[in-house]
Amino acid sequence: MTDFFWLIPVLPAVSSFILMVAGRRLPKKYISAQACLAVLVSFIISLLGWLRMAGADARTVPWIKPLFSWIAAGSFQARFALQWDPLAGLMALVVTGVGFLIHVYSAGYMSGDKSYARYFALLNLFTFAMLLLVMASNIVLMFVGWEGVGLCSYLLIGFWFEKPEAAAAGKKAFLYNRVGDTGFLAGILFLWAAAGSAEFLEIDASLASGRVSPALITLIGLLLFVGAMGKSAQIPLYVWLPDAMEGPTPVSALIHAATMVTAGVYMVARMNVVYRLSDTASSVVAVVGAVTALFAATIALVQNDIKRVLAYSTISQIGYMFIGCGVGAYAAGMFHLFTHSFFKSLLFLGAGSVMHALGGETDMRKMGGLRFYLPRTYPVFLIGSLAIAGIPFFSGFFSKDAILTQAFLRGGLFVWILGILTAVMTAFYMFRLVFLTFFGEERFEPGHRGRIHEPPPVMTFPLAVLALFSTVSGFLWIPEVVGGRAPWFSRYLGSVIPPGTESHPRALTEWALIIVSVAAALTGIFMAFYLYRRRPALPHQMVRRWPRAYRVLVNKFYVDEVYRSLVINPVVRASERLHEVFDLGVIDGAVNGSARGAGLLGKALNLLQTGYVKDYALAFFLGAVLILGYFLLF
Amino acid sequence: MIPPGGFLILSLILFVFGVIAFFVKKDFLTMFMAVEIMLNAANLAFLALSKWRGFPLDGQVIVFFIMTVAAAEAVVGLAIIRLVYRRRKTVRAGDWHRLKG
Repeated sequence: MTDFFWLIPVLPAVSSFILMVAGRRLPKKYISAQACLAVLVSFIISLLGWLRMAGADARTVPWIKPLFSWIAAGSFQARFALQWDPLAGLMALVVTGVGFLIHVYSAGYMSGDKSYARYFALLNLFTFAMLLLVMASNIVLMFVGWEGVGLCSYLLIGFWFEKPEAAAAGKKAFLYNRVGDTGFLAGILFLWAAAGSAEFLEIDASLASGRVSPALITLIGLLLFVGAMGKSAQIPLYVWLPDAMEGPTPVSALIHAATMVTAGVYMVARMNVVYRLSDTASSVVAVVGAVTALFAATIALVQNDIKRVLAYSTISQIGYMFIGCGVGAYAAGMFHLFTHSFFKSLLFLGAGSVMHALGGETDMRKMGGLRFYLPRTYPVFLIGSLAIAGIPFFSGFFSKDAILTQAFLRGGLFVWILGILTAVMTAFYMFRLVFLTFFGEERFEPGHRGRIHEPPPVMTFPLAVLALFSTVSGFLWIPEVVGGRAPWFSRYLGSVIPPGTESHPRALTEWALIIVSVAAALTGIFMAFYLYRRRPALPHQMVRRWPRAYRVLVNKFYVDEVYRSLVINPVVRASERLHEVFDLGVIDGAVNGSARGAGLLGKALNLLQTGYVKDYALAFFLGAVLILGYFLLF
Repeated sequence: MIPPGGFLILSLILFVFGVIAFFVKKDFLTMFMAVEIMLNAANLAFLALSKWRGFPLDGQVIVFFIMTVAAAEAVVGLAIIRLVYRRRKTVRAGDWHRLKG
């Protein structure tokens, strides 16, 4: 096992390569079978490795497999080495497990697409890059995976590049990520300069020894978090994620809900040594997470596009994960990542089923009453909604409660209140979505009625599995007040995330916090029920009553417009000026000038060619006389 | 017995005649003949100097070379003149000036 865990990322890479080279000539059945099988085998290896880790002695981890020396430039060394420890194992399990289910779902969802092979090649490539990100043993190799998933995200958002919106959304995602990655790269360089190594183990040891100045650690922590803001769609770099919904829905589920966008959380947990040493950086993480969670949730309240609601919900939930990491409860943040990957991909795939049934419709105003048409999608979607809302015994309840408890104990009241408000809104917008989609009168486009059908089993099977995990995965974190000792999940991560980073509340406090968060969830659901089932006219009246507030929310606080006028337009205008002055003036001027010079020289020499033989003869004669004269005289 | 200087003076006179004729005459055939005269003047100079040095072979060999080259040049030159005359119906050098920049 210690010897062949490196196969986990290699298998999807090989499969992706085969599909890229020969995909056009292979039958569709074979393409999807190969892509799914590669990820399934990776999943099985991950599962074996994860089980070994769960029982392993903390002193025997991590396993490190150096594959080859990669960069060696003076004192800068970076190996191509993979690392397997509980954190990497957990992430690999999520990536390959959820990834496999989404591959299977895609086989049905994309069956009518002409670029079937390209789709699976990219999906496999993404799996490879994500596994590289989570299994890298040094931060430089992690950056390769980090950029690799960004590239795959770009390619898959723009998968239907014939659509101008999809191409633009891909570009937007790529550019916003570039902004974050600039900070991340600067953070890596500072970190290397401070720790003298890029290997995670050596970074841990070096920073923990206390030789590095706190100011430098804070700077590193903040710069690395800028990268996380871009990748994990936090304020202020979150605007690309809602637009990323232009990609195929399974892609949204895998990349823009379950795995890639949570890479920032993984990174913060992996670099927990930096954030444990810097209170400033940790506070920034917690506050940005909390503000993002609330901000995105308010936007989600009024969106009408089913996928955009889920996208804002993802931003908001990742905000929760950052609250967890920011207050020092890295294990709780990772646990929310873990449960979120199940219920959010379940919700996305469920939304995909709804779209599949309605011929690609995403506007919830044109749905309604679908629970009778989609009897298999409806219950699993409801499970996902209950999980994300935080109803007890569903997974989201345990993870959200773990974060909120730690936020209350360590992050202070401000962060906790934002978290609770977000919890109310989360429950509200999710059940608004459920009521608008599955309940109420049918508002379909006339052409869709009568053709609504449940998707094939290849698509409903992954939904069922994800629903199962959305329900039961929460029991890996039984609160201390119930279980009597630290939750299994945080003990499992103990060798990567040192124990003692979480506070232990008194039983009464913990019960009170649980009750408050459950009450918040129920309030949200009840409000949604009241507004969209009992008094369906009320939302419209509210819009008329507070038109300005509604307009601000529907237009997403005009953030895109502000960025456009403050950043994008000035940059574009400056580029245009630069184009006029430098490109047209200097560069084109030099090129055109040299051409014009050559032309003028030619014209001048042209005068010598008169066409008269006598002129040439005279020149020849005079030349001969001159040469002769030279030899005679000198 | 004619001294070597006499041959050289005759050669010079012939060469100058050739040059003058080349620049004065207007039609290509005459100019061509002027070129031949200049070549023969050069040949004469070679032979005269060869005689003065006691007839070494190199001077005479060069004369044969020049005669061969002149023969070839005459063939090619006359052919060109004939072909151009066919198209342009003239052999005046001043009328052949289309090839220019």
